[in-house]
Amino acid sequence: MAKVETGLKYAETHEWVKVEGEFAFIGISDYAQHELGDVVYVDLPAEGEYITKGEDFGAVESTKAASDLIAPVSGTVEEVNTALDDTPELLNEDPYTNWMLKVKLADAAELDSLMDAAAYEAFCG
Amino acid sequence: MHPYIPHTPDDIRKMLDTVGMKSLDDLYADVPQEYIYKGDYDLPDAMSEDEIRRFFEDLATRNVKMTCFAGQGWYDHCTPSVIPYLTQRSEFLTAYTPYQPEISQGTLRYIFEFQSMVCALTGLEVSNASMYDGPTAAAEAVRMAVASTRKKDVVLIASTLLPQVKEVVRTYASYSGTVIEEIAEAEGQTSFEALAAALASGRVAGVMVPNVNRYGIIEDHTGFADAVHAAGALFIEYCDPSTLAVLKSPAEWGADVAVGDGQSLGIPLCYGGPTLGFMACKKDYLRKLPGRIVGATTDRDGKRCFVLTLQAREQHIRRDKATSNICSNQSLMALWVTIYLSLLGPKGLVDVNERSSASAHYLCDQLLATGRFTPVSDKPFLKEFALDYKGDAHALHKALADKGILAGVVIGDHRICFAVTEKRTREEIDCLIKAIKKAAL
Amino acid sequence: MRYYDHLIFDYSKPGRKGYTLPKAAAPATSTAVPEGLRRSSAPALPEVSEVDVVRHYTNLSQMNFGVDTGFYPLGSCTMKYNPKINEEIAALPAFAAIHPLQPVATVQGVQAVYRGMEQMLSAITGMSYFTLNPCAGAHGELTGLMIMRAYHRSRGDMGRTKVIVPDSAHGTNPASAAVCGLDVVVVKSNADGLVDVEDLKPLLGPDLAGIMMTNPNTLGLFERDIKQIAALVHEAGGLLYYDGANMNPLIGKVRPGDMGFDIMHLNLHKSFSTPHGGGGPGSGPVGVAAFLKDCLPYPHTDVQPHGDLSLVTPAKTAGRVSAHMGNFGVILRAYAWLLTIGRQHVREVGPIATLNANYVKELLRDAYKLPIPSVCKHEFVFDGLINDGSREGKEGATTLDVAKRLLDFGFHAPTIYFPLLFHQALMIEPTETESKETLDAFISIMHRIAAEAAEDPDILHAAPHACPISRPDDTTAAKHPVINWNDLQAE
Repeated sequence: MAKVETGLKYAETHEWVKVEGEFAFIGISDYAQHELGDVVYVDLPAEGEYITKGEDFGAVESTKAASDLIAPVSGTVEEVNTALDDTPELLNEDPYTNWMLKVKLADAAELDSLMDAAAYEAFCG
Repeated sequence: MHPYIPHTPDDIRKMLDTVGMKSLDDLYADVPQEYIYKGDYDLPDAMSEDEIRRFFEDLATRNVKMTCFAGQGWYDHCTPSVIPYLTQRSEFLTAYTPYQPEISQGTLRYIFEFQSMVCALTGLEVSNASMYDGPTAAAEAVRMAVASTRKKDVVLIASTLLPQVKEVVRTYASYSGTVIEEIAEAEGQTSFEALAAALASGRVAGVMVPNVNRYGIIEDHTGFADAVHAAGALFIEYCDPSTLAVLKSPAEWGADVAVGDGQSLGIPLCYGGPTLGFMACKKDYLRKLPGRIVGATTDRDGKRCFVLTLQAREQHIRRDKATSNICSNQSLMALWVTIYLSLLGPKGLVDVNERSSASAHYLCDQLLATGRFTPVSDKPFLKEFALDYKGDAHALHKALADKGILAGVVIGDHRICFAVTEKRTREEIDCLIKAIKKAAL
Repeated sequence: MRYYDHLIFDYSKPGRKGYTLPKAAAPATSTAVPEGLRRSSAPALPEVSEVDVVRHYTNLSQMNFGVDTGFYPLGSCTMKYNPKINEEIAALPAFAAIHPLQPVATVQGVQAVYRGMEQMLSAITGMSYFTLNPCAGAHGELTGLMIMRAYHRSRGDMGRTKVIVPDSAHGTNPASAAVCGLDVVVVKSNADGLVDVEDLKPLLGPDLAGIMMTNPNTLGLFERDIKQIAALVHEAGGLLYYDGANMNPLIGKVRPGDMGFDIMHLNLHKSFSTPHGGGGPGSGPVGVAAFLKDCLPYPHTDVQPHGDLSLVTPAKTAGRVSAHMGNFGVILRAYAWLLTIGRQHVREVGPIATLNANYVKELLRDAYKLPIPSVCKHEFVFDGLINDGSREGKEGATTLDVAKRLLDFGFHAPTIYFPLLFHQALMIEPTETESKETLDAFISIMHRIAAEAAEDPDILHAAPHACPISRPDDTTAAKHPVINWNDLQAE
């Protein structure tokens, strides 16, 4: 059974968002990493780029699959977790500690359309 | 009964019984009757092997055998007999793409060797398992440049590239929305000033120039890479791989990507195909590289082995987001080239270039001495050179063709490009010179 | 197969060589390349003898499995027997030594091959014209889509940028569409595994360039509603593209041109018997209906009034798609095959291929899950084992395990995990060149593997046992790419 961390917001495309003031951290859920299998590469945008809710901002690759990352919120990329460059397996080991991007939120109201932990757990069935 | 279809009538009956059908037609009961083809197939009568042999030998008499002085990207170099012998081994020839690494280590290892040799020749760090041919590899390099530099839509290509390369690049680009602009030439080579001016638009994603151009001239790309990189674009060298034994490598010119056609590495002309395209790049662009890539790893018992890797870039996983749609490439030709490069080694490849070059210079000097030609440029060349002819180039070419000599390729009403490889003997070269002297001006 | 752990570089020793060259035709004078254009150090190629080369590549070949080694039921790849006379024809010097820019008047024999192939392929498929310039199936798809776009453009119909692709399609379809600058829209399959016409209807509109289909589809099923689909797509102003990867069961029976397809490609390295060469060279001719003749790529072979063959550029050409005229050597091989088959045997190809597939399917459905039981064409899909042996504390055997175990018995594995519609997909295509005895042997081994799985799935988990290597570590290979000799030495 995939772990769903409480206190986070989730998208139907299995990204999570953790809000800290005007910033948000973005990662993928335990369910997502489990579906992908061994992650071998993470393709992320550069600092300063703008990501738009609902559009893809990168991709996660395993040996036999690749999955687009869909932005759960819009905003400017403040920081990228560069540890994932050399050790993408961190996403398998702990997908909630190992965030991908820190973005400056463009519109906090976008968070309302995301699921809370309970709703996401039900969504994953 | 046919030798390739082993079913006896009894086999067919038994098998139909098993699947619960009365006739072979029943297997198509789900196909609307109107689509079952009932007409005659307009095909020749089936032939025996001897008849087929005779059929093609007859067809072959309609081709004129010619002594080849033509180049323009396709060269009549020598082919060691070991190569066709080994590449015809059916374990290589009749295998599919190495999807099951446990029973495909032969294919996977030679592709790894091929990649290593392409890296050695180009000086770049990464190579794929091959593309269809040089021009399509060039078109893919253009795609790669656009994909690697967001929001830029122009790719500059040298006007001195081979026409086939430019035309395939333009074809691909016209459908993907990439704008192709040509960089003008000056004195037979890509003009640095024209390049610098074109880069100023800020829209340039990539720049492609030939190491040896359509006039046979060895291009000098001093300063190109810095200018291209300063504009935030990828620098792509289109190369004749054979010449890389002696000429500055793409890496030495500062290229990010190198592409070209492997035909000059001992592949027979065969009317232009099959050859192979090659594509190498800096490690930074590894994930943007199209096509198959083989990597080393270990199996579960720790044995060294090889697999298709980084497959998440490819069409069968990424579908419309793949780096390219390519799947089958020219694998057996990669084996061909790998064996060629193994046999020749670094010294052999230099030998091939030096002998071809010496013969080409001899021919060039002799042709100029006839007084009928003038040089197009005084720039250095290896095995191919362009001359302007005082008379009608087409008429001269035709007159020599009638004598069984393929006197280069006519690239203008008064301009011919001649190529000479190590395969041409002194007698053949002198015969060409004599025939030209005799031809009506 | 014996494990052999060498690369050609292992044999390198300075001073060795494996070649001889003709004696120099001219003295090496004044030919030196100026310093600034010269390479600074020699490329790191091996220096080996001819014997080293012959032994090394012979050893490598012995770790490979080909159609000549044994049964190769790889779904969607049509691994039929590759006749040997074809190889002899392709090597004839009168063809192999011809420069692609030799004047067309001096290569009438070559051009007759192109012309003859075009006519024979048209006869088999019901299309009107073919280009033989594309070098592989995916290249043919791309060329076909370019023709589609060139057609719309030639009519000033610039807004048609959408192409519909079924969810069961080969991955190349959407990839080719994307390379051609088209937006891909997916149409769903219905419960029978066929294109859902109701799902298709709302996708049709003035932005539609066309639809790409393969028929039979990747599940080996004939798209029965093709007539209605063709009418709907044509009504919306779109064109129908036929992916010829699955043409084999239709050879001698059904012609795509008669089903309303406007453009199609063929894989000469599948249905027309040319060898796959470990991943090419192939050949992907593209056929078109008569109204698309002007959109074909150039150069194209045409007949002059006096009978000579010439090369032309069609008026609204899609462009130049390869250096010259594709993989001529492959085209020669396919031509030889067509002459061997001839009008007398062409009607046997598709039906026997279809019989073989249905025979295997029928005799294995007691052990493997058959999600779609209806009559198949040249191939069919199982969705894993019926009894995978899973139990408390023990993982069941997967499709991957079945595939690996098959290798132990001298069979190539089927295509696995495709199509994506089924999680444990195992796609089997026997082709017409396999005898009943070969199929029976395969069926018997597949039953044995199923029995092993039921008894102890670990037997399968541990497979293959009899190959030079077993289950390479793909994850490490992808995470830390070691992709040339330099990388390997640095390890």
